[in-house]
Amino acid sequence: MTDSTAPAAALRRADLSEERLKRRYAAEKRFRAYGLAAIFAALAILGILIGTIVWNGHTAFVQTHIAMPVYLDPEIIDPQGSNDATVIQRADYQGLLKTSLRERFPEVTGRRDRIKLYGILSNGAGFDVRDRVLADPSIIGTTQTIWVKSSDDIDSLVKGYIDRDLPEGDRRVKDNEIVWIDSFAADGGVDTKFNTTFFTAGDSREPEQAGIWGAVVGSFFTLLITLVLTFPVGVLSAVYLEEFAPKNRWTDLIEVNINNLAAVPSIIFGLLGLAVFLGVFGFPRSAPLVGGMVLALMTLPTIIIASRAALKAVPPSIREAALGVGASRLQVVTHHVLPLAMPGVLTGTIIGMAQALGETAPLLMIGMVAFIVDIPGGVTDPATVLPVQIFLWADAPERAFVEKTNGAIMVLLGFLILMNALAVLLRKRFERQW
Amino acid sequence: MDAVAEAEAPQRALRNSPKMTARQVDVYYGETKALKNIDLDIEENQVTSLIGPSGCGKSTFLRCLNRMNDVIDGCRVEGDITLDDVDIYRSGLDVVQLRARVGMVFQKPNPFPKSIYDNIAYGPRLHGIAEAKSDLDDIVEISLTKAGLWKEVKDRLQAPGTGLSGGQQQRLCIARAIAVNPEVILMDEPCSALDPIATARIEELIDELRQNFTIVIVTHSMQQAARVSQKTAFFHLGDLVEVSETEQLFTNPRDQRTQGYITGRFG
Repeated sequence: MTDSTAPAAALRRADLSEERLKRRYAAEKRFRAYGLAAIFAALAILGILIGTIVWNGHTAFVQTHIAMPVYLDPEIIDPQGSNDATVIQRADYQGLLKTSLRERFPEVTGRRDRIKLYGILSNGAGFDVRDRVLADPSIIGTTQTIWVKSSDDIDSLVKGYIDRDLPEGDRRVKDNEIVWIDSFAADGGVDTKFNTTFFTAGDSREPEQAGIWGAVVGSFFTLLITLVLTFPVGVLSAVYLEEFAPKNRWTDLIEVNINNLAAVPSIIFGLLGLAVFLGVFGFPRSAPLVGGMVLALMTLPTIIIASRAALKAVPPSIREAALGVGASRLQVVTHHVLPLAMPGVLTGTIIGMAQALGETAPLLMIGMVAFIVDIPGGVTDPATVLPVQIFLWADAPERAFVEKTNGAIMVLLGFLILMNALAVLLRKRFERQW
Repeated sequence: MDAVAEAEAPQRALRNSPKMTARQVDVYYGETKALKNIDLDIEENQVTSLIGPSGCGKSTFLRCLNRMNDVIDGCRVEGDITLDDVDIYRSGLDVVQLRARVGMVFQKPNPFPKSIYDNIAYGPRLHGIAEAKSDLDDIVEISLTKAGLWKEVKDRLQAPGTGLSGGQQQRLCIARAIAVNPEVILMDEPCSALDPIATARIEELIDELRQNFTIVIVTHSMQQAARVSQKTAFFHLGDLVEVSETEQLFTNPRDQRTQGYITGRFG
């Protein structure tokens, strides 16, 4: 209230003094400040979280390679000159690399030092050479400079995760290794290249050979099983409960229990899966089939609840209109209610799937935590899933697994954001005004 | 069902019995008795209006006439309601068939969120009245013409029905109801959500539709009842207080309560 002109003064009531007004405005301002502070705090924490993950994980997408001149000795690769791919495939390329290393550093003679020297390359470096030879067998007998993977310790050193100024005893990379790698670096023979292995390989004990593809495929198969099981069951349950079931004590009981199931800790579902699916039915351990079934149990209540909410949101007037022109109850549902509720149902399903994608605990119970190198080829092959892969890598002692862990988290978050964006898009796209 | 109706139609003509009759109808919602002992005849090709204060059971009664109350949990109907002398609550009667013969228009315009064309064509498709596209086109045109909407929408039949104005939507709903060629049309306060101009348009339409259909209309507006109907029934607290020719009911009511309601002393 401003300067009290005569009419304003007349309007002012005794119990609405300026004092009270000021306090009311102050309270409103304070409340808004609290709200803003809460939002900024939440954003800051989220920012720190994502920032740390990206900071630690972005290097997982590149891998240190070393340019090795290799004499592709025909005596070793293909002694008979058969030009047979199976023979060429089986040759000892790691040995060829070792020979090259010995030639480059002739002063290294002791057995222990030699093993150290070989250790600057990855155990899988030979595969890089093999792939080159298989792609073009005509290079056999020549000397080629081939970029091969370094070992994980050298990778960490190049990426700056290992401090060169520490005393040698506290360092995983010793002085002589630093000398060797610096000698390569001086010739421009050390570089970080895009890490395709990370996206194409399965798990490995060697960080530089480990990838998430096995886990991604495992997650895909697991979610496929979950979707196939939950979508029809969940939607049909929701439709029956919402549209057909009489409202009585039994349906109330069912409803309460569905809501309770949604709140059951997921590890309980894992224990159930262990006892029933593995114990009683004897399904294969560590398989996406069982993982998908366990996650289906966990996701089912989410989908039923979301679908029921979507069905409830369809106005009763549409049902009456359809009944009024002589549609049967089933026709009302299939022609009108379900199509109108579908965007909501799909949104709920995607959110349920996203939840299932991020779930770890129940899968530990049924053995999907095993160390699996092979990419699963089907739903009964042993497999692991993305979050479990993250869990496994987070537990690994090698420094290079830290960045792999964070890299995998970024990939998982990427998938989750993608799924949630899809849900939002669906909702926006098909939102209806009644 | 149809065979029975056809067999009995000549008799009905001879006896000149009403299109629909209600005898000693009681309706319960759970333990509550919403309608008590209703006796009412609905004459063919007439507009019968049901009036009364809110909560008096007039909508409940209307919904008994095409068994829309079936879908409400805990609703129970006792007594006899007939359509062409056939009990519509007898066991074995197909409710879908009944609703094809007794159509309904609701209080709030409720077109399907589909095109204008599909709104009209839904019923005929459902009942297999028209299979060929050209037959459907004819039905859509005739229904929209009868509902007085054809001129306004003929160029945008594929536009969504929900995009029309309130009055147009209600006429679309009437067109949808008459597309399945019912014998009786029930209207539950069809004008309560509309402005006076749209209301006048619908009232005109009701008068025209009387030629071909038997109409039962629930209304809150006594003026509307007086304007459109030939017969008026006054409901109060679940009782059917009085039913007579509209003119007589409004000018010379027999019952004190009717008198009180139409003169505005309560309601």
